[in-house]
Amino acid sequence: MAAAAGEAAGGGGGSPSSARRRLRIISGHLRGSPRAPGRGALSPSPCKAQGGSAGPASGSIPKKRQELLKWNGWGYNDSKFIFNKKGQAEFTGKRYRLGGMVLPTFKEWIEKTFGASLEHKTTSRASLNVNDVPPSIVNEEFLQDLRATKISYSQDAEDRVFRAHGHCLHEIFVLREGMFKRIPDIVVWPVCHEDVVKIVELACKHNLCIIPFGGGTSVSSALECPEEEKRTIVSLDTSQMNRILWIDEKNLTACVEAGIVGQDLEKQLAESGFCTGHEPDSMEFSSLGGWVATRASGMKKNIYGNIEDLVIHIKMVTPRGIVEKNCQVPRMSTGPDIHHFIMGSEGTLGVVTEVTIKIRPVPEYQKYGSVVFPNFERGVACLREVAKQRCAPASIRLVDNAQFQFGHALKPQVASIFTSFLDGLKKFYITKFKGFDPNILCVATLLFEGDREKVLQHEKQVYDIATKFGGLAAGEDNGQRGYMLTFVIAYLRDLGLDYYVIGESFETSVPWDRVLDLCRNVKERIVRECKEKGVQFAPLSTCRVTQTYDAGACVYFYFAFNYRGISDPIHVYEQIERAAREEILANGGSLSHHHGVGKLRKRWMKESISDVGLGMLRSVKEYVDPNNIFGNKNLL
Amino acid sequence: MPWKELTSKKRDEFEDILEERRLSSDLRYAMKCYTPVIYKGLSPCKPNAIKSAVLHSEQVQYVIKQLAKEMGESPDIIQEEATEILDEMGHRMQLGAVRFFAFTLSKIFKQLFQRVCVNEEGMQRLQHAIQEHPVVLLPSHRSYVDFLMLSYLLYTYDLALPVIAAGIDFLGMKIVGELLRRAGAFFMRRSFGGNKLYWAVFAEYVKTMLRSGYAPIEFFLEGTRSRTAKTLTPKFGLLSIVMEPFFKREVFDTYLVPISISYERILEESLYAYELLGVPKPKESTSGLLKARRILSDNFGTIHIYVGQPVSLRTLASGRINRCPYNLVPRHLPQKPSEDIQEFVSDVAYKMELLQIENMVLSPWVLVAAVLLQNLPAMEFELLIEKTLWLKGLTQTFGGFIEWPDNLCAKKAVLSGLTLHSNIAGLVDGHVVLNDKGVEDGAVGEIVFRHALAVLMCATYRNQLLNVFVRPALVAVALQMAPSFRKEEVYSCFNFLRDVFSNEFIFFPGISLKDFEEGCFLLTKCDAIQTSQQEIYPTDKGSGTVSFLSAMFRPFVEGYQLIFRYLSKEMKEAFTEKQFIPGVRNFVFQLLEKGSTQCYEALSSDMQKNALSALVQLGAVKKKKMPSGVTYSVNQEAVSKILDMFDARIPVQKPVAARL
Ligand SMILES: Cc1cc2nc3c(=O)[nH]c(=O)nc-3n(C[C@H](O)[C@H](O)[C@H](O)COP(=O)(O)OP(=O)(O)OC[C@H]3O[C@@H](n4cnc5c(N)ncnc54)[C@H](O)[C@@H]3O)c2cc1C
Repeated sequence: MAAAAGEAAGGGGGSPSSARRRLRIISGHLRGSPRAPGRGALSPSPCKAQGGSAGPASGSIPKKRQELLKWNGWGYNDSKFIFNKKGQAEFTGKRYRLGGMVLPTFKEWIEKTFGASLEHKTTSRASLNVNDVPPSIVNEEFLQDLRATKISYSQDAEDRVFRAHGHCLHEIFVLREGMFKRIPDIVVWPVCHEDVVKIVELACKHNLCIIPFGGGTSVSSALECPEEEKRTIVSLDTSQMNRILWIDEKNLTACVEAGIVGQDLEKQLAESGFCTGHEPDSMEFSSLGGWVATRASGMKKNIYGNIEDLVIHIKMVTPRGIVEKNCQVPRMSTGPDIHHFIMGSEGTLGVVTEVTIKIRPVPEYQKYGSVVFPNFERGVACLREVAKQRCAPASIRLVDNAQFQFGHALKPQVASIFTSFLDGLKKFYITKFKGFDPNILCVATLLFEGDREKVLQHEKQVYDIATKFGGLAAGEDNGQRGYMLTFVIAYLRDLGLDYYVIGESFETSVPWDRVLDLCRNVKERIVRECKEKGVQFAPLSTCRVTQTYDAGACVYFYFAFNYRGISDPIHVYEQIERAAREEILANGGSLSHHHGVGKLRKRWMKESISDVGLGMLRSVKEYVDPNNIFGNKNLL
Repeated sequence: MPWKELTSKKRDEFEDILEERRLSSDLRYAMKCYTPVIYKGLSPCKPNAIKSAVLHSEQVQYVIKQLAKEMGESPDIIQEEATEILDEMGHRMQLGAVRFFAFTLSKIFKQLFQRVCVNEEGMQRLQHAIQEHPVVLLPSHRSYVDFLMLSYLLYTYDLALPVIAAGIDFLGMKIVGELLRRAGAFFMRRSFGGNKLYWAVFAEYVKTMLRSGYAPIEFFLEGTRSRTAKTLTPKFGLLSIVMEPFFKREVFDTYLVPISISYERILEESLYAYELLGVPKPKESTSGLLKARRILSDNFGTIHIYVGQPVSLRTLASGRINRCPYNLVPRHLPQKPSEDIQEFVSDVAYKMELLQIENMVLSPWVLVAAVLLQNLPAMEFELLIEKTLWLKGLTQTFGGFIEWPDNLCAKKAVLSGLTLHSNIAGLVDGHVVLNDKGVEDGAVGEIVFRHALAVLMCATYRNQLLNVFVRPALVAVALQMAPSFRKEEVYSCFNFLRDVFSNEFIFFPGISLKDFEEGCFLLTKCDAIQTSQQEIYPTDKGSGTVSFLSAMFRPFVEGYQLIFRYLSKEMKEAFTEKQFIPGVRNFVFQLLEKGSTQCYEALSSDMQKNALSALVQLGAVKKKKMPSGVTYSVNQEAVSKILDMFDARIPVQKPVAARL
């Protein structure tokens, strides 16, 4: 969603041209981003020649990721929050709409919220110290075999470190201040399914460990190399398998290579007037294969569905061979669905190489919206009603008061769409809507999509429900700004890290009747744990309801604190996150709604799915991969 | 869950709240600006709103629908019934009533008591707790004064008045009942085991008040006033209700606050003694209470209220509760608590009672009573003083909390105790004797009865020591019972006694060995025993202590033996409690008349009931629930075996001993 929301900010809400605008936005990402170096030169690949129908593939993400992306933080090298000479916060670069803008109130918010001060700064080391990097240990026979396949590979330290991690806090912290104990020994770049088959065969032959790498956005320690792994670890980077192989307009499906990242997929489909509508917040960087491997969920799932609803066919290469279905049908009754062994397998069974995914015509019309509620309870009650009536817009999110204030602190100096929410509100507040306390109220942001008439109708229906729960429409701009929050937050963490503030997000799903209790208790638990662990300043502990379902909701928490005075902040942080997860489970929430388990949440798997359940997964693993070639140790 | 730190704790200082009352206007006090601190998450609401919320809650509606289906009635009728239950139960807290109480209670308390002492730090802790999480007040229960006093106290300190679960017998007292209601009491029927609707409405009512943080909830773990001043074993029903919102995570946490209320002289002391001897207690009627006005001219000494550290339920539960059962069933469905929950509730109940006991204030008179009861019919005054002083030291070693002003000499302390309790004992010719003479000396029976009355009243004070002494004392008794000083034999006896007396004294469940070790530790600390690898034996110096301790508990050892003997000899057929109590009373009475026992305390119906329950727990008596009521039948052989054990013909249990 990130990019879309940020850039879509351009022309103010619901104009019929918004679909075209979205195209512009997404293609905007490509401007200035170096194209992948000529693939032909590096890896002349026969399978490329057979080619897809969708023209020459050109991914947004180069093989040398570090040329475009931060090696020790989130996102593009040129995009980041800084404090300028005047001490004001500013977002750099030209990729996002926020780029080049000054955020006058942000500094104060940081100081007030975290007790942080600009005078106390930590700095990451400037570049990777190659001498610290564990050596690459790869046996020569395998290298010979690999060369024979003509598949591109690298043993370069930077390439290997870049693929040794995802984006958990502790991983970024290690990059800034330490070094991983174990990283991949070699990175390979297959360009097609056949390449993957060859690599897996070689891995079996030489008894190596393969860890598939998609976009590297994992937030579950899924990409971390098990320290005790003695075999050579091969990072199988799927980023160069990024073509749309075909589009079937009659059935509205597209067959796509698994390494394609979200923004490229949408951009390329849009050229033919289609979209998948799958927009996880990480869509600029995360890959189709990664989504399948983690059971990802996109912002607009209410219209398009989650990944499991979108996928029609999957091809996966395993040590046992290739697993796939014989047809591309909407549903079949042939025993347990094998797709469900693959989705969420987190790279433990094999490599997803090609996926047939549903597509839709790009919607004609898009409109943002927002509603302000007197308090969080009323807001949740409204979302519940919306879900009950099954009239949720493409996206509907409810942020609590702290997050509302946070969003407000990110208000840039200029730009009409960023006019202060509170300023506008205050007027209302004094005149009409007395009783809304700015320190209690909360905001729902909305995104409608479809043809114009239906969108307007739909909009009315939702606002009518909101009114019943004391909600007041608060304008399109505020809606848009709300969605922007999601993507800036990932960049914000790097800024926080510079000033002793560490933070993370985590999510869960929970039945409707427990939403409020869970939100309150988890936030409270975080505050208490911080206090107990000696955190000097009260943490930021905030949540939002990000998805609605018939039977429950997905809740997302942000949590950050100032760690000055704490000698081992990461350890403290992890203890608190763990306590928060315990709290979630005790409140009837799930281990994860979409981030997955990885290695971070493994300890709770048994309790989550029962002994027998775990045994079922284990026996699949044992059959498919008896020698544990896919040895990333996730999940089980 | 360790029940108690062995190191003696530092306790808070006391402050007399009546002092201020004696100096300034009660009326102004009653009309003061009263703005209690409230729970941070409070959603303010009126008592009636609570009632309606309860009635329309999913929980109650679910049960109503269920019952309607089961009985083929229309839900409306059952709903009607639920409304009635709520009306009968619900409190109607009103500031006016509270002010009325504040005024009258000021007057009454000043009349009755010399001082009402409170640990102010405890009040401060409570004030914090109330703002943070829902609070449950768990006071000890010795007197009707308990909850009046507690509400009065909270009012004085500007804290939210508690809603109190009181027995429904109060409703008999029309005016007072209504006043109590307006002061925040809500009422529960004493037994509603079978009535699903009542249970559902009641439980939901309590939980609604708790969840909303409306006011602190107060009830008595002991279930009823202890007639013996000895802590009664806890009841679990209400406790499990107030714990449930936390288990279901409807609240983040709940504070349990043990409160120890100690009376230098208990208002109902003689009433209790009569009651224990089977003279029917007057129904709690208003006129009964008015007659009690006579009491107003009397002096009841000092009250000490120790508000304990609030205990976080979350902390207690951490790592103990399997959360799954609560996640898999909608929270509004009634659900029988799992076994680990039940066990947990029981552990918490015992823990809270032990905390109450720990902070009970013991007056010098308590020591006097303990000494005197071992030296009847008469004891030389000087010796009594000497012994009392000695016992003071011992009590402190065992962790007892004695209120003995630093500069007060022993003689004065004993004398002032005797003055306050002149109805129980007095000084005659340099000797202290029980005050057991009737108006005229009548028949033998009359003499026995009078004496029993005096003994039981006196015992009420000694009893306040027992739970502090029970671990070392049972080791002492075991030392005398066991055939040798071998550790395993002593432990075996101890373990047996602990089982037999598990209704009489408060033991944390399942930690017999720890209790034993603690008892030994305390006896070692006061040089009464020595231990080697294999043996435990009294030291020369310590034999006095050991025999004092075992004499202190002798009434129980002997009393139980008498009662057991009665059961094994006389009760051939199934019987009810109503038959058992007079039967055993007569049996003991006759023995006393004949002079073949001196154990007057065996006349106490409290001891008799406890002894019967002990046999039920040991499997020697079978308890059957019949439609007509509960009946018991005795397994003669098993009871004789237990009687034999008292005579130390006990086989040592090897496996247990191995752990020593
Ligand atoms: C800022 C941010 C926002 C996010 N927002 C969302 C969101 O809105 N919704 C959501 O669902 N998730 C979100 N995530 C989590 C993450 O983006 C998803 O888990 C995503 O699906 C991971 O895709 P990836 O391509 O980056 O996979 P990676 O991080 O590279 O890998 C994740 C796991 O999948 C395995 N894997 C990757 N590709 C393949 C393949 N082709 N075959 C087999 N296994 C493979 C890897 O071995 C690893 O175990 C977010 C993360 C961040 C940092």
